Amino acid sequence: MKLQGKVWRFGNDVDTDIIIAARYLNSSDPAELAQHCMEDADPQFSSKVKTGDIMVAGKNFGCGSSREHAPIAIKAAGLSCVVAKSFARIFYRNAFNIGLPIFECPEAVEEVKEGEELTVDAATGKIINHTTGKEYQAAPIPEFMSQIIDAGGLISYVKGRVNHA
Amino acid sequence: MPMTITEKILAAAAGKDYVKPGELINAKVDLVLANDITAPVAIKEFEKIGLPGVWDKERVALVPDHFVPNKDIKSAEQAKMVRDFAHKQELTHYFEVGRMGIEHCLLPEQGLVGPGDVIIGADSHTCTYGALGAFATGVGSTDLAAAMALGETWFKVPESIKFVFNGKLNPWVGGKDLILYTIGKIGVDGALYRAMEFCGEAIEQLSMDGRFTMCNMAIEAGGKNGIIQPDEITRQYVEGRTKRPYTFYTSDPDAQYAEVHEFDVSKIEPQVAFPHLPENARSIREAGNVEIDQAVIGSCTNGRMEDLRIAAQVLKGQKVNRRVRLIVIPGTQEIYRQAMHEGLFDIFLEAGAAVSTPTCGPCLGGYMGILAQGERCIATTNRNFVGRMGHAGSEVYLSNPAVAAASAITGRISHPEEVL
Repeated sequence: MKLQGKVWRFGNDVDTDIIIAARYLNSSDPAELAQHCMEDADPQFSSKVKTGDIMVAGKNFGCGSSREHAPIAIKAAGLSCVVAKSFARIFYRNAFNIGLPIFECPEAVEEVKEGEELTVDAATGKIINHTTGKEYQAAPIPEFMSQIIDAGGLISYVKGRVNHA
Repeated sequence: MPMTITEKILAAAAGKDYVKPGELINAKVDLVLANDITAPVAIKEFEKIGLPGVWDKERVALVPDHFVPNKDIKSAEQAKMVRDFAHKQELTHYFEVGRMGIEHCLLPEQGLVGPGDVIIGADSHTCTYGALGAFATGVGSTDLAAAMALGETWFKVPESIKFVFNGKLNPWVGGKDLILYTIGKIGVDGALYRAMEFCGEAIEQLSMDGRFTMCNMAIEAGGKNGIIQPDEITRQYVEGRTKRPYTFYTSDPDAQYAEVHEFDVSKIEPQVAFPHLPENARSIREAGNVEIDQAVIGSCTNGRMEDLRIAAQVLKGQKVNRRVRLIVIPGTQEIYRQAMHEGLFDIFLEAGAAVSTPTCGPCLGGYMGILAQGERCIATTNRNFVGRMGHAGSEVYLSNPAVAAASAITGRISHPEEVL
């Protein structure tokens, strides 16, 4: 699957409170969470994002809370994936579980600028910057995580196991 | 083969003799936990699996503690969903308002977690239980739903980092200061994907409450878990309290660590983490003149009995500054009752503080103590991210309970020595 869109850039240590503030966690409706995605960093963010756009950020993306509402908000806001230098571990796991593609690629993060057009090949991790013509390679996705994705997410994976038991 | 305590617990839960860092394992869990924010999402995912019931009614703990007593209609709907599920599933460990507490204060107190356990919770501060020598880590709601169905989950065995705390603690320095100091040294991603093992003379002398505080904040350094080898202090805490059989695991002397850090605690003063990351820790003597509008003493980090006693020691016979709101939140009903019997509430109320029923409310900007634009709060909570306690233009400073209490009296961030 090819993910394509315009880049929205953020810095290091983007935390889960910035991604979706706790004051909105009295709902778990994806559409409602999407409206407040990144609100405390940029109040207009959710209205500016177009379907397919790509979030690019520095190290330790998604640090803080275990709230799965954070990757849900990003996905529901229309972003196709997140490319970062590194991810906080609970966010990393949650993103796979809910089907938000994420990629670790420090080289791309160093060079890619806000507003540039990227394509990310979800299967190979190859990132192409159409604005500059440069190519990057994200770290490969661990095989076990690929199995979860191939099964259609963690719940489908578990369903398969339960039915075979 | 030598192993760390984290590796030994995971190996046992996976039914293996030996595991090594990086290995993917399936491990049995002893308890799974969710709250009123994370459980509703987990329940929806669990229902998609299509099983009639959870894997074990005794081992799924649901603690509504973030927005309860319900702060609005939407929160009430969420809490009701958790309540209905708990009753339908006949869960043993569902805690209603009036009997509940902040989850990470409540579960150890009720004896639901013990040494050697593997525990996952849909709350990042689940790592608190490492203080008892358990492997405990935070996960999201979908992972929680899968574990509610299977009673097991997958883990990548983490590398461990050893933190050795040598020497004797200075007055007014506790677990909170040691962990803020540590995060200040290694950064908010300093332990990313790794186990943080705390040991040394200062840890051996630390109370159980202080140990909970340290392990609670392992996640603020990106750690997968925080852990302390169980000892006599642990034994005294769990005896007569912990309901299931437990095992004391210890690290082998020649176990492998990714890093080892040694600190001399006699050089550590009370710490304050400046906005907007827990890693912005500095000694209180370097804090400068920071005026505050609010102080919060409570949360899963510092809402335990020892914390309230320390706060009362500082506040006794004193008055909260007229410009400042001080909010004190006992972590559980048992702590609430104990504090009342010890006369701590008289001290808090005479000082001009508000005392609340247990809740996570202010810590995450949920309710009870939300900050307006430009306001500053000193809090014994665990995070000071942008907008954490309210307006994106407000600020949170993290400290121990003594510093928070002293600051409430002076109206600016202060060392307890200033008011005593």
